[in-house]
Amino acid sequence: MTETSPVDSPSQQAAAAAAVPAPRQTGVAVARLRDLALLPGIAVIMVVGTFSNKAFLTHGNLIDVLDNFAWISMLVLAEAVILISGKLDLSLESTVALAPAVAVWLTLPKSGRGIHLLPPAWAIPITLAVGVLVGLINALLIIRFQLSSFIVTLGMLITLRGIETGISNGQTFFGFSKSFLYLGTTHWFGLPLGVWLSVISFIIGIFVLSLTRPGRSLYAIGGNLNAARAAGIRVERTLWMVFVLGSVLAAVGGLLYAGKYASIGADSGKGYIFTVFAATVLGGVSLNGGKGTLFGAFCGILLLYLVQNILTLAGVSGYWQDALNGGIILTVLIIARVTTGEAQA
Amino acid sequence: MSIGTNVVAAGGLVPSVATASHVTKRFGATVALNDVELDVRAGDVHALVGRNGAGKSTLVSILTGLQVPDAGELRFGGQVPPARSDREAWRRVVACVYQHLTIIPTLTVAENLFLNRQTEGTPVIGWPKLRQRASELLGTWEMDVDVRRLASDLTVEQRQLVEIARALSFGARFIILDEPTARLDAAGVTRLLGRIRTLQQQGVTFLFISHHLQEIFELCNTVTVFRDARKVLTAPVADISHGELVDAMTGEHVSVGDDPRPPKPRAGEPMLAVSDLTVSPGCRNVTLSVLPGEIVGLAGGGGSGKFAVAEAIVGLRRADRGEVRIAGKPLRAANVTVALKAGVGFVPEDRHDQGFVAEMSIGENITMPVWDRLKRFGVVLSTRLRSARAQSMIDDLGIVAPGPDLVTSALSGGNQQKVVMGRALVSTPRVLVLMAPTAGVDVKSKTALMEQAVVAARRDAAVLVVTDDLDDLRYCHRVLVMFRGELAAEVVDTWDDATVVAEMEGVDLDR
Repeated sequence: MTETSPVDSPSQQAAAAAAVPAPRQTGVAVARLRDLALLPGIAVIMVVGTFSNKAFLTHGNLIDVLDNFAWISMLVLAEAVILISGKLDLSLESTVALAPAVAVWLTLPKSGRGIHLLPPAWAIPITLAVGVLVGLINALLIIRFQLSSFIVTLGMLITLRGIETGISNGQTFFGFSKSFLYLGTTHWFGLPLGVWLSVISFIIGIFVLSLTRPGRSLYAIGGNLNAARAAGIRVERTLWMVFVLGSVLAAVGGLLYAGKYASIGADSGKGYIFTVFAATVLGGVSLNGGKGTLFGAFCGILLLYLVQNILTLAGVSGYWQDALNGGIILTVLIIARVTTGEAQA
Repeated sequence: MSIGTNVVAAGGLVPSVATASHVTKRFGATVALNDVELDVRAGDVHALVGRNGAGKSTLVSILTGLQVPDAGELRFGGQVPPARSDREAWRRVVACVYQHLTIIPTLTVAENLFLNRQTEGTPVIGWPKLRQRASELLGTWEMDVDVRRLASDLTVEQRQLVEIARALSFGARFIILDEPTARLDAAGVTRLLGRIRTLQQQGVTFLFISHHLQEIFELCNTVTVFRDARKVLTAPVADISHGELVDAMTGEHVSVGDDPRPPKPRAGEPMLAVSDLTVSPGCRNVTLSVLPGEIVGLAGGGGSGKFAVAEAIVGLRRADRGEVRIAGKPLRAANVTVALKAGVGFVPEDRHDQGFVAEMSIGENITMPVWDRLKRFGVVLSTRLRSARAQSMIDDLGIVAPGPDLVTSALSGGNQQKVVMGRALVSTPRVLVLMAPTAGVDVKSKTALMEQAVVAARRDAAVLVVTDDLDDLRYCHRVLVMFRGELAAEVVDTWDDATVVAEMEGVDLDR
């Protein structure tokens, strides 16, 4: 029990026996429902896909969808964690390109446009280190210097992309070492390693955010920062870790991206932050912080990629893809707004 | 875990739970607390009353360890208070449930109760266990709140219970309630008072701060009155009458000079007529009218609904029912633009939120409602016209500033309030609604602001002063008093402040 000892309140035992309120279900049921809200949508899309195109429900196609979505799901995971903590990070999509680019630039020979400063075995540690560094800079500006996370990460989005373009002279890096490609190319038990990594990361994330005190403190900080501080949560330190973790996850996403496409260039990941945000919000994570789950965010990105896959299979012209993607995201957001009845502004 | 301070000693005299002696606190030139005393005995519900600015909130922040007194000392159960940085220790001694609740709306009741201590030794949170601990905690204090619900779904009343339970769970048996009834309806107040009585029987001591004197007579054992940063009275509630308490709060009211009011207008067609106005939450069935040239006070304490009436008149809030007429013409829709066009000028309640744009200049702020009248060639805003117009308002109001181009955030609070008043007056309104027009400003600015209301009345505007400040009411021809959402009383021409205060607090002086 808690600090309420029997000495303090004589009537305690009788009261405890008599007056423990019977749990009522309603409020909770609705909250849970929001997390599972996309499952019927995914089911409908699966049915629609199956009937609209024979190629949809094939092993190869579904693996392809998962393979495409593995790298971006790492960004969705990162963004969901950051949004739940009440902040945001736009620079993730640039970290995707910059982290592996710095690694290959330092390790590749001249023929692959590198400077060959370090042996290839360093590539993965460097990628992760770049992620850590970017996260530290973001946190320094946002947490330490109290700048707006929107404007800081917008600045970082442009700066990091610019650095990538600078070190690569706007060219594409290719000819990576085996170890560097390993993450993006290997299959385990018939599934790409990236998919395993994504699913495992999400499972760990769901576990941490729902069952540990550090995880719950993210919700507390995002929900009411001052109340969290008053409860003894180390707000600043937690937010530092959130930003660093976010950028490291983006760097891992970059590894998956580089491995999958066997190249990294100035356009890698460019413009995907909108998709990341849309999937996260679609999955029920609030832009105001403190609300949402990683499971919801996972469903959000999965749903988006399934819809895109169906449109591609239906032979929609590539030139129309962007318009349709934007349209789908906006439509689903409107549906989410109407069905949950919650304002997102 | 360790047991918190158990303040009820076995036998003997009733010991003190908390004492403050010779406590003084200054903020710059202002003395917030001047050598005050407070002695809260175990098992008491001790009332702390006083008008706005009497020093109650400063004492609360000192008692909860958020501020350190300049002089004087505190004792909790005879012990010296914990170190300022040791929040854990403070939490075991005393807790305050504030008007603005420190609860996290997006988390469940169970998690709010055990925030940052969800686990008990284990690395992983056991949700069923946590919910059980929460239910047991609430059950111990006989509070019926579903621990699985989100805090945002709870009523204000339920959230207060959760906060009280959380405070108790840290071991504190001394709880400060800072105007807990301000946001509750009548039934909620009754339930909360019953709850406090139950907890009192279970050994919890309360310091109860309220503007509603009736509640104090119903609930409290002892009352301490603060006035102008000093303690003026501590007495058992049973030994004091309503009248004595009101007198202690208001003090001998020094009659200040001449009657500042403009001549009383002759009866005629009202300029502002409100009939059967209901705004929820806020006010019910309010009917009032103001003649041209008349200044009417709408008085009431926190939660009386006076601002709801005013905001419905000026279009800031939508009325559920009822009608507002300006010079006989009904004002449709909740729309500030429409109200301005109809000739309504107003000072909003919260000047920082609704009164002015801090980054804009004085001139821009003052002339905001009339930008469309300051155009040259029909389109371009003329800065010259604007400056001229603003300068005349600056002169009229006596705003201390080098000129209309100064950014408004650079002004002192009193001068900012004058800018807001200037904005209300710039359109030469027929109806002037002033919400807490002198809140937080010094005496001289107060006079300057209220004299502008007199000037407006002299040119036949109808003026409604919505306030709980007795000084503002001196400028009124009559005063309507609201209590818990309804009009409770009306005083005309002359009245004594005690009557108005008694009506505002909902007490019967004859009892």
